[in-house]
Amino acid sequence: MAAGLDTAEGLSREVGVRRRLGGALWRHPFLKGLAVLSPTVLAFTLVYVAALAALFVSAFWTVDAFTSQTIHHWTLDNFRQLRDSVTYRNVAVRTISIAGAVTLTDAIIAFPFAYFMARIATPRMRAALFVLVLLPLWASYIARIYSWKLILNSSGVLTWSLHKLGLPAPNVAYSNTATWVVFSYVWLPFMILPVYAALERIPHSYIEASRDLGARGFRTLRSVILPLALPGVVAGSIFTFSLTLGDYITPTLISGASGQFVGNVVADSALRGGNLPFAAAFAAVPVVVMGAYLLIARRLGAFDAL
Amino acid sequence: MTKRMWAFVATAAVGLAFPAAGITKQHGGTLNMIAWEGYTQPQWVKPFTKKTGCTVHAKYGGSSDEMVTLMRSGGGGQYDMVSASGDASLRLIYGKDVQVVDPSKIPDFKNFGKAFQSPPNNTVGGKHYGISLQWGPNTLLYNTKKVTPAPTSWGAIYDPKYRGKVTVPDNPIQIADAALYLMKTQPSLGIKDPYELNKTQFDAAIALLKKQKPLIKKYWGLASDEIDLFKNGDAVIGASWPYQTNTLIAAKAPVKDVVPKEGATGWLDTWMVSSKSKNLDCAYKWLGWISTPKVQAQQAIYFGETPVNSKACAIMDTLSKGSCAQYHANAPLQYFKQIHFWKTPIADCGNGQKNCMDYTKWQQAWTQLKG
Repeated sequence: MAAGLDTAEGLSREVGVRRRLGGALWRHPFLKGLAVLSPTVLAFTLVYVAALAALFVSAFWTVDAFTSQTIHHWTLDNFRQLRDSVTYRNVAVRTISIAGAVTLTDAIIAFPFAYFMARIATPRMRAALFVLVLLPLWASYIARIYSWKLILNSSGVLTWSLHKLGLPAPNVAYSNTATWVVFSYVWLPFMILPVYAALERIPHSYIEASRDLGARGFRTLRSVILPLALPGVVAGSIFTFSLTLGDYITPTLISGASGQFVGNVVADSALRGGNLPFAAAFAAVPVVVMGAYLLIARRLGAFDAL
Repeated sequence: MTKRMWAFVATAAVGLAFPAAGITKQHGGTLNMIAWEGYTQPQWVKPFTKKTGCTVHAKYGGSSDEMVTLMRSGGGGQYDMVSASGDASLRLIYGKDVQVVDPSKIPDFKNFGKAFQSPPNNTVGGKHYGISLQWGPNTLLYNTKKVTPAPTSWGAIYDPKYRGKVTVPDNPIQIADAALYLMKTQPSLGIKDPYELNKTQFDAAIALLKKQKPLIKKYWGLASDEIDLFKNGDAVIGASWPYQTNTLIAAKAPVKDVVPKEGATGWLDTWMVSSKSKNLDCAYKWLGWISTPKVQAQQAIYFGETPVNSKACAIMDTLSKGSCAQYHANAPLQYFKQIHFWKTPIADCGNGQKNCMDYTKWQQAWTQLKG
């Protein structure tokens, strides 16, 4: 009997705790959010942030050249080397410029395409175009890069076609131009989709209003559509810019004698040179560039468009 | 039901575990190895395990530098053996990562070519830190239609005539190729050994490579990259391995390779034993097995390189007709005088002076060169 009472009391206490917890969660939506997210947040912190932090910390260490053991002694040598060497500056500038060029190219190609998809195409046509945009993503990234090698090389499809038309050989194989072309191709879907989403969200009434006020097509595009689509373009540019910034496989396969990216130098230092601290220091450069880029993107409203 | 299932699982586990434990006790055990891909093929590893009971676990290393890093990881001792190339072996020896081995325990050692018994990249102070395995030269590869007359000198890859059509390996040890060319063409620099360069000699080699850079189409990373370059006509001349030549000729590409009059650099791989290996018995059995003529021939044909055991020649010819001569497995000692095998550049020049540029400097210079 006594035991039964105990259980009943324990049960009611348990219910009480649960109620109070439920009440607390109801009163503080933040706690509820945290509870729902906590497994993800935990995994994110442990796996992702911790690894990044460890990387950043190791940038302040050095390596013993002879034994290739890491020396845990705080120093700015790696960053000093980065600042003082023309080579590393060139590599960083090359990486950032090509990433910028790729982003611009993709924006210019993606905008009319996304506009057509969002506002002109019939629903069936739109579905077909979606499939066409996403189809390349089903094939391996490496296979697609190799197929570009087949197009661009000296006896490739491009040279052959131009030759048939009586035009001179383009001679773009193994150059930074080739890297730019291939990157623009590979990341194009990541630009089209956010731009499409932004364009689709523009209410048709805005465009009608613009026309009613006497604006012609170009004026409507410039003053109504472009400003409203801009957050989508910036959102897409986050993908194209950061993906180009971090890639090293495409430059390895496609670029010529002077085509190293930051990623190539990082991979060389870490895998070949056994100099993880220097690799970490150089890897911090794209992180900083991307951080600045994201701050600007937020001001332009890109995160509302995602 | 559940209980019975557990009982079944337990019985099965015990049944599986015990015979396995029995085997480990009877035979040698396990060898953990770091190897080049293709160096531990089932073709010769399976018969080895069958004969000795030693199982082989291989991890492929992607580059010499990676192999050195792996051998040192976790304080060393995770791996028993490594198939180190000449640009890694001295680092392992001076880093005390590998131990001295006794060649008298390798029956086939006496059949090795004289150049491979005590080469400077694995023998220091008369002590053998491993057993030579296979070698190959770094040759001059050219397109026979585009490059006429046939080149006889390394000067061809520094010749502005082939602007944008040259390819060389993306590897710091490539600096030695430039040094070798300067050794013969600019005797005033006084280069005696392309791997032992003082500051002046090193700077001269780098200057030559900087002048060569505008001529380069691509610094190739993988052998398949160079094959593509030659197949498509993006490159017509470059530094290569016999493997690429053979693959291209098999694909009917108009190419040929040559060891130019200045000689050539070359690689020589060595099986080395970790200083912390607990399984010396199996390690020696492996060293013995991999040195036998048959296994040497099999590996040579599989990988496209040359065995150090001179008795492998006849077996190579039975496996693939004419392959012995094709890979120079029967070449006279004179042939090796012109091959300068890779060895890790260290500060000690070997002439009592310690002012040579070490490998870290080579790596840095190479990164700067590529830009």
